[in-house]
Amino acid sequence: MIKFLAKGLIRDRSRSFFPLLTIVITVTLVIFVIGFMEGAMNNFLQSTAVISSGHVKVITKAYKKESNQLPNDLALFETEKTIQNLYDMYPNYFWSPRITFGGLLDVPDKNGETKEQAPVFGIGIDFFSEKSRQTEIWELEKYLINGHLLKNRDDALISSKLAEQLNVDIGSAITLISSTMDNAFATYNFNVTGTFDLNKGQADKQMMLVDISGARQALDMTDAASEIFGYHNSLYYDDEEAVRIRSNFNLTYSDSIAQMLRNEESYDALSYMSGWNKISNTVKKKLPKQRTNALSDNQMYDNIDEWDDFSVEDPAIFTPTMIALRDGSQLANMVDFSNVAMGVMAGIFLVIVMIVLWNLGLMSGLRRYGEFGLRLAIGESKGQVYRSMIIEALLIGFVGTLLGTLLGVSLTYYVQEFGIDYSEAINQMSSEMVLPNVFYAKVTSELYYIGFIPGVLATALGTMLAGLAIYKREMSQLFKELEA
Amino acid sequence: METKNVINIKNLVKRFPVGKDYFTALQNVNLKLTEGEFIGLVGPSGSGKTTLLNIIGGLDSATEGSVSVLGNSMDNTSHNERAIIRRKYMGFIFQSYNLLPVYSVFENVELPLILNNIEKSEREKKVSQAIEWVGLSDKKNSKSADMSGGECQRTAIARAIVHEPALLLADEPTANLDAKNSHNIMKILSKLNSEISTSFVFATHDEKIMGYLRRIIHLEDGKIINDEKISKLESL
Repeated sequence: MIKFLAKGLIRDRSRSFFPLLTIVITVTLVIFVIGFMEGAMNNFLQSTAVISSGHVKVITKAYKKESNQLPNDLALFETEKTIQNLYDMYPNYFWSPRITFGGLLDVPDKNGETKEQAPVFGIGIDFFSEKSRQTEIWELEKYLINGHLLKNRDDALISSKLAEQLNVDIGSAITLISSTMDNAFATYNFNVTGTFDLNKGQADKQMMLVDISGARQALDMTDAASEIFGYHNSLYYDDEEAVRIRSNFNLTYSDSIAQMLRNEESYDALSYMSGWNKISNTVKKKLPKQRTNALSDNQMYDNIDEWDDFSVEDPAIFTPTMIALRDGSQLANMVDFSNVAMGVMAGIFLVIVMIVLWNLGLMSGLRRYGEFGLRLAIGESKGQVYRSMIIEALLIGFVGTLLGTLLGVSLTYYVQEFGIDYSEAINQMSSEMVLPNVFYAKVTSELYYIGFIPGVLATALGTMLAGLAIYKREMSQLFKELEA
Repeated sequence: METKNVINIKNLVKRFPVGKDYFTALQNVNLKLTEGEFIGLVGPSGSGKTTLLNIIGGLDSATEGSVSVLGNSMDNTSHNERAIIRRKYMGFIFQSYNLLPVYSVFENVELPLILNNIEKSEREKKVSQAIEWVGLSDKKNSKSADMSGGECQRTAIARAIVHEPALLLADEPTANLDAKNSHNIMKILSKLNSEISTSFVFATHDEKIMGYLRRIIHLEDGKIINDEKISKLESL
């Protein structure tokens, strides 16, 4: 009987080919739409991640509190060692130190006198090291208006708006006036090698990009960094993973140090100390070098009351702590909103598709009442007819979903690699909006199974519903439909 | 020689719910049919002939009374039990042929044998024989879309008799056919009736086929008003 039914299934295109085609198209669409939404949302987050947050970033606890002041006196030390630790702990991420600083840019005239001055928001980025992918993620070649990318420590790129304001040309010398991490006065000369426009509204209005080696030299921050940014190797922001590694890092790394400092011995020492000498040698040995440097340099506070400015519970203000992209201001809401919005959109789309496929199963079943009536008349039981319907629906649904998943994932992968360029449309929109010009899809693990919900489940449920009539109706009623 | 009872119906009543009320389709029907009979249930539309045929075939159940087919009581039997009785002992012919369009003549005729788990070689033999009976040997690979109405109905007959059932039920088998094809079909059925021991029950109001019937049961408003036996000479 199975062979007989299979023969009919293959020959009857309205039972096999067309439902299969519908399922393939629908599943492909489901997968692509979900993959594209996922990717597009990630594109929005990626802009924020590149400029200000990373997918995760490591900073000191004190820096976290005062981050809007760009407090480089609270920066991380021994960054190379920390970065190596981070690579060991989280090999799926790549890590890059960064120094963000504020200051004044001074443009001298031919006599060396100030010609123009403007405040600047500077970022020292690790462009030159071997593992760095910063040039790739900043896509500076695309955003470069004039000149060329950084080649030397003292090269600087400035935004085209800032260049216009300062009236500087490529090759001009500019002087950064700022302060070192020890709060000493700092001046440093950079050469403008290019101008850029990130197309991100006010974000790059006062921006200057230099290599971190130049920033370290200028601000006297040898082996120090304001922040260490971490990005997933795939450049895809996985909120759950970011939160997980942030918690893991803070639990196993930062908090263990903090806990050590909170233990009775060190707490007592800290309570009474007027400096490093009050801490016992036992505690000193336990503390990482970074901390011992900080303590010996009297960078920690002598009076226990002053800890309140940072954290009453946690005196370890220089303890490195990790924050995820969602921890930034408003970003948690944005990430949550995007997750909910994506979930709702994907859900609505999925429901629509399920209704279509449910209906397909239903119609396919209804159309065959005559055949069922005949089969019942010549002696098939209701159960046999019902089971054969469902097996057929499952088979068509499964094959269709497999093909649809293959097509959908391939299409999503293509758009993940090459993207869809919306430049023209984006350019017509307000330049104040932070929007990427090219949207990329994202192949996630859920794309490999999400299609089975509408493809197999909905089709089979629709068929089951249609088939219920076989049980509910008197067979003579089915016969009337057979004769109709 | 004692003739075998094929159908035994006693005090059959069938009511259908219509809103809050009931419509009585059959009332106090008593009927006996013996092996090899060739009878017609005749009457105007709504007289209850199709309902009676459906109850005999186990496609519908009686509201009151008892129905026994080939010694099997159709009362209080499950759908599955009735399906088995139909599969083994009954054949159906419909007004609109109801061939499965994606299958060939051979495959349509083969279906009841597949359901009865007949071996493939035996199936091929029986199907070829049935197709030969109805004169469609040259059309065995054709599909219903390529055949005339008469040929389709002959295929349906072959399908109904391929497993040599004890009882063949035909609901208006000639209603969609012209006179020539109607006579051809009835000749084939009469011939089969004389060659195999199958009993035939027709529900019909087609005057053209009355002459072939050897017993005519007249139904009106759900009641048997006349049970007329016709001699062989008269029927031919």
